[in-house]
Amino acid sequence: MKPAPALAEGFPDLSGMRIAREPHWFRWISAALIVLVLAAIVRAFANGQIEWSYVSRFLTVKVILEGIVNTMVMAVLAMMLGIFLGIVVAIMRLSPNPVLKSVAAGYTWLFRGTPLILQLLLWFNLALVFPTIGIPGLWSARAVDVMTPFLAALLGLGINQGAYTSEVMRAGMLSVDIGQYEAAQAIGMGRLRALRRIVLPQAMRVVIPPLGNEFIGMVKATSLASVIQYPELLHNAENIYYANSRVIELLIVAGLWYLLVVSILTPLQMLLERRFARGTLRLAR
Amino acid sequence: MTKPLVAIRSVSKSFGEFQALRGVSLDVWPGEVMCLIGASGSGKTTLLRCINQLAMIDAGGIWLDGELLGVREHGGKLHRLSEREIGRQRLKTGMVFQRFNLFPHKTALENITEGPTQVQGRKLDEVRAEALELLRRVGLAAKADSYPAQLSGGQQQRVAIARALAMKPMLMLFDEPTSALDPELVGEVLAVMKELARSGMTMMVVTHELGFAREVADRVVYMDQGAIVEQGRASDVLGAPREERTKAFLSAVI
Repeated sequence: MKPAPALAEGFPDLSGMRIAREPHWFRWISAALIVLVLAAIVRAFANGQIEWSYVSRFLTVKVILEGIVNTMVMAVLAMMLGIFLGIVVAIMRLSPNPVLKSVAAGYTWLFRGTPLILQLLLWFNLALVFPTIGIPGLWSARAVDVMTPFLAALLGLGINQGAYTSEVMRAGMLSVDIGQYEAAQAIGMGRLRALRRIVLPQAMRVVIPPLGNEFIGMVKATSLASVIQYPELLHNAENIYYANSRVIELLIVAGLWYLLVVSILTPLQMLLERRFARGTLRLAR
Repeated sequence: MTKPLVAIRSVSKSFGEFQALRGVSLDVWPGEVMCLIGASGSGKTTLLRCINQLAMIDAGGIWLDGELLGVREHGGKLHRLSEREIGRQRLKTGMVFQRFNLFPHKTALENITEGPTQVQGRKLDEVRAEALELLRRVGLAAKADSYPAQLSGGQQQRVAIARALAMKPMLMLFDEPTSALDPELVGEVLAVMKELARSGMTMMVVTHELGFAREVADRVVYMDQGAIVEQGRASDVLGAPREERTKAFLSAVI
């Protein structure tokens, strides 16, 4: 073997030297300015017309706690309905059947195209259109008795959510490689089984971050159900301030609860993401 | 007299304007190992995909084990089979893809047991034992619980072969099984395929590995522009081609 050629002169040895720390003057100045502005805002609120004792008193009062429970119950149920509808509609949208396809597209168009609050009011006032509802000859009831605030809120929020979720689900399914469908077909699977066993589990990985987003949106969207008398957090807070006129204090109470719930949801989402990351290198190592 | 396992008669297939197959006719005999060679776009992959019905033919007919594929004759017309019946017919063939297409969210073992348990409705216990035996056969007994992302390309393709074999197919279809592999990993996949050929499996292999074709194939079929140009024993087609187009292709490849 030939010896390696001699290296050229004039390039000093740098191996003992460290890279010096930069002073970052601008970071220090901007941080100081921001702290000043924040302090001014906090001071303004502390000295403003807010009775903070009311905030702490009403934060854990029974009606408020019931409100947050109702909010969460509604958010979870409506989201489940939304995800179910979203999956069904996404599958219909990707089906070769033109009838299913256009029904799915029409559903998304209708429920995404109108305001959520309008849909809630329509469901709640369904009795004006159909005084009685039921199955002819078997069962019937007055619509006002059936369409309670709970049911109207669930249908309004869930069906609206389904329209958005279907697009998220469709994106997830499209993200799965076509070769996965083919491999599933090659071992004899039908379209629906391939979707359920092979495509959807892989789509979930892509779909969970946007779905987490949607669920956080849903928690807050339940506050719209206050207009149809569903006793969720905001509705109950309003009821209290109608009586004692502590409007800002109770709005702050509600706001703190929404913030708390959303803060808890974020780490939960990360746990779920891990669950569906099975087989990806990041976790496999 | 034995009958061909696969009988292909005047099959044509177009994708829009592009005619991928132009009246192809071919027999594949039980136990035969057939290599299909040709330039890309010559129709060899399409032919495989038509046999396991990932692509539907436009004209002609394919019989597998005596059964007409994809359609039924009734009242002088051909009627498409239902998805369920097509699924049943697909069980007679095993397909190995160029890009492996293993299920990334399932372990090697789960990839193999998925079809027998989900499609054939068999018990997981007995399928598991067979799957482990198949993994041993492809030399990956130690990798049963690995996810595809933890395996090399060659290992993934061997799992894919085991997955196809788990359905106990009569015919194995290989679509360029080594084209997506690093050169040093090609050998381990070819070795598994050679072992399979020796065991008597009927195989149709689309490949650019002429060495493999020369060593293993009973018959080599050269295709160009959607038609069969020349076919015969490997030594004849590869060693002494008669057609000008075959000669041109072989001199370009080697």
